[in-house]
Amino acid sequence: MVTKLSHSIIYVLNQDSAYDFYVNRLGFKVHTDAPMGPGARWLTVTPPDQPNLEIILMAIQEGMIFKEDPAKQMKELVKNGTFGFGAFECNDLMATYEELKSKGVVFKKPPTKEFYGYEALFVDDSGNWFSLGEKKEV
Amino acid sequence: MKMEKFGQTFKSFKMKETERYPKVYLYKRIVQAKLFIDNHYAEKIDLNNISDEAYFSKFHFIRLFKKIYGKSPHQYLTYVRMEKAKDLLKTDAPITDVCFSVGFESISSFTGLFKRITHKTPSQYQQHELLRQEEMATYPLKFVPNCFVEAKS
Repeated sequence: MVTKLSHSIIYVLNQDSAYDFYVNRLGFKVHTDAPMGPGARWLTVTPPDQPNLEIILMAIQEGMIFKEDPAKQMKELVKNGTFGFGAFECNDLMATYEELKSKGVVFKKPPTKEFYGYEALFVDDSGNWFSLGEKKEV
Repeated sequence: MKMEKFGQTFKSFKMKETERYPKVYLYKRIVQAKLFIDNHYAEKIDLNNISDEAYFSKFHFIRLFKKIYGKSPHQYLTYVRMEKAKDLLKTDAPITDVCFSVGFESISSFTGLFKRITHKTPSQYQQHELLRQEEMATYPLKFVPNCFVEAKS
């Protein structure tokens, strides 16, 4: 029986820049930051309320995951904003929006009322986009 | 302390935002207060001053802050100080330096609160973190899921 999701991946163009974005702007915690040999680094972060869900900030580079050509293609796709890697949740959307905006986070869509509730869309430093909403009582 | 930052009025918000999300100016003030705590946690912060400068009565300020962040401003300040202490304890900094650099004025109150929250004393926490880092540097594959270890090898 599958019991939980332990790791999820976000492909990033640069791990130093991604570290700054996810830790210093979004407020995530560094879980593991381990050197993996020349030019490679295993970097995972966790959302503040989910200390057991590791998000791998995986550099798109030739090596562990990608061969040379797929790495180039993947970089272009990420840079062009092809991927939405998930939906994040916050306690208060408007407050979180104001705070992240003040920290330089770029929003593709400010908090907007949709038929399913209020939602905003922001972009990370690589070009990946995410939905941001409030916790829903179902 | 840069309290004048809170003296700014918030006339610049867009009318569209107000229509879409009522009372957006209130959010801006509370967010500024939260960011002030984030940036000045190491100093002696008087929460009365923050509410004054944010043009709120103390009661109103605390109520709104708690509604948005789920903690009172004082609880949030303590939370930030503890989180910063945890970060600093991942280095070999002396416990007393960590205590004072996150805004506590007494070692005993810092240690007591730290233990109540993390169930470890600051020095136990520091030892655990330093060992973990050593292990991470020596055996990094231990921290990586199996499928990636296979890809790596």
